[in-house]
Amino acid sequence: MAYSDKVIQHYEKPNNVGNFGTTAEVKQRKDVGVGIVGAPECGDVMQLQIKVDDQGNIEDARFKCFGCGSAIASSSLATEWLKGRTVDEGLEIKNTQIVEELSLPPVKIHCSVLAEDAIRAAIADYKKKNGIEN
Amino acid sequence: MTLKLPIYMDHAATTPCDPRVVEAMLPYFTEKFGNPGSRNHSFGWEGEDAVDNARRQVASLIGADRKEIIFTSGSTESNNIAIKGAANMYQKAGPGEGKPRGHIITEIIEHKAVLDPCKRLEKEGFDVTYLEPGPDGVITRAMVEGAMRDDTILVTIMWANNEIGVISEIPEIGALCHEKNVVFHTDATQWVGKAPTDVNTDNIDLLSMSGHKIYGPKGVGALYVRRRRPRIRLVALQEGGGQERGFRSGTLNVTGIVGLGKACELCAAEMDSERDRLLALRKKIEDKVVSELDVVQVNGHPERRMPHLTNISFGFVEGESLMMATKEIAMSSGSACTSASLEPSYVLKGLGVGDDLAHSSLRISLGRWTTEEEVDYAANKIVEAVRKLRDLSPLYDMHQEGIDVSKIEWQAH
Repeated sequence: MAYSDKVIQHYEKPNNVGNFGTTAEVKQRKDVGVGIVGAPECGDVMQLQIKVDDQGNIEDARFKCFGCGSAIASSSLATEWLKGRTVDEGLEIKNTQIVEELSLPPVKIHCSVLAEDAIRAAIADYKKKNGIEN
Repeated sequence: MTLKLPIYMDHAATTPCDPRVVEAMLPYFTEKFGNPGSRNHSFGWEGEDAVDNARRQVASLIGADRKEIIFTSGSTESNNIAIKGAANMYQKAGPGEGKPRGHIITEIIEHKAVLDPCKRLEKEGFDVTYLEPGPDGVITRAMVEGAMRDDTILVTIMWANNEIGVISEIPEIGALCHEKNVVFHTDATQWVGKAPTDVNTDNIDLLSMSGHKIYGPKGVGALYVRRRRPRIRLVALQEGGGQERGFRSGTLNVTGIVGLGKACELCAAEMDSERDRLLALRKKIEDKVVSELDVVQVNGHPERRMPHLTNISFGFVEGESLMMATKEIAMSSGSACTSASLEPSYVLKGLGVGDDLAHSSLRISLGRWTTEEEVDYAANKIVEAVRKLRDLSPLYDMHQEGIDVSKIEWQAH
C-alpha cells in the first residue's frame, strides 16, 4: 500500500512518543488522563495520555501505538493537535480532520476513528479523576 | 561489494527466472515456434522434441516416467485437475443419486488452491475431513490414519507448507494410502526442486508443482499422474484437442514448458549444495533474531522445515508497521492486514498461534542468489525495526511491567 508523505513523516519520526509514568503511576495522577483503545487481535492498540494544568489546558500529550503506519501517524498527529488546547477544545478534534490531514485511504479510516476514540477516552479519564461533569 | 536495495526475500511467493532458463526458452518464441500437435511437418516435430525433452527433465527431478508428466499452467491448475479429477473418477456415487459420494482427507493449513477445490467438492456432495496439525504444523501418518473411513477415496496433503515451510510425513502417508487403496495427492509446490523427490519410494500418486517457484517461468507447471501400480485415472476438467493424454486439452505452452524443464534440470544438479547453503543462511537469521530479541518465536517444527523458509512472530509489534520499517527487504507478512482485511494468517491460526502473534509475523524465504551479506543486513534491520516499534508499543510496556496483555478485556472496535 502506498502511504502519503505525511504518514511516512510521522511514522519515521513520530512526535511525543512516551508516557507520564508506568501504568500504575498514571492511574494515581490526577493531572494525567489516559485513553487506551483498540485490541491486539484487531491489529491496533492506541494509548494516549494528556497532562493537564490547573487551568484545564493540555500542556503535554504522549502516545504509544501498536498498529500500522497510519495508526502510528494518526496518534502522533493527535498528540500534536492536543497540545495547547483546553480539555473541551480537545474534544473538537474529529477523525475526518485526521483523514484529511494525513490523506488516509478508505481502508485506513478506522485508524483515524481510533485516534478520535483515544482522545475522547483520555479526556473522559481526566474528567472522571477530577470529578468534572461532561 | 555494495548491497543493492531492495533485497528480495520472498522466494516462496515467486523466484526470478534463472538466466540459463531464459536462454533455453528464447529460440522457442521465434525460430522454433511450431505446435507440437502439428504431426506432419518439421516445425511441429521440433516443438514436440522440445516438449519431450522437458518432460524427461521434469520426470527425472521427481523419479517419474516421462509419460506420467502432464503440463499445466501451474500448481493451482494441477491441484484442481488432481483433486476434482480424482474425486469425480473414484466417487462412490454420482451427483444427484442421493448417496454419499465419497470421503476426502485434507488439512486446514493447505494452500487455498487445495482448500477451495475441496470446498467445492463438499458442496457437490463429497465429505471432506480437514485435519488440524499440532503447533508444529506437521501432518503425520497417524493423523491421516485416524481420519480414514471405508469410503475414503482421496487424501491430499501438501509436502511443505508455503507459509511456514513445515514438512509433513509424505512418504509415510503415501504408504498408508497405498495400503488402503486410497488415491494420494500432494501439493509439492514448495518442496520439489529443493529437496530430493522420488514418486515411487515416496508413494505419491498425484503431485503438483509450479515453474516459477524453482527459477522457471510463471504460468507453467506440471502434474504427475501415476501410470502403474496403481494406474491413476482422472476426469478431465478441460476438454478439447485431447493433449496431455486427454487430461489437459489445449495447445502446449512450448516456451514455458522448455523453461520448466531447464529449471528442473538446474535444480537437480544444484540441489544438494544449495540446500546446505540456504539452511546455513536461514539459521543465521533465526539465531540472530532469537538471540537479540525477547518474545519472538520461530513458527512450526524446529527441524522438519524447508531450508530456505522461515516464519517468525514478534510479540507486541504489528505486522504492517513491521513491513514498513523493513521496507528495503521484500518479505511477506503473516498478517493479511495489508489486503485490507483484519484476519491474521489462517495458517498460523491453524497452528494455534495467538491472533496477537499471528498479526506480527514475517515470512522470509531465501533463494538461489541470496548472499550472506544480504542475510546479515536483513537480520540487523529486522532486529532494529522490532526494537523501534516496541519503543512505540503500549503492549510491550505492559509486558515489561508484568501485565499479561492477553488477560486484559480489550474493547474490540
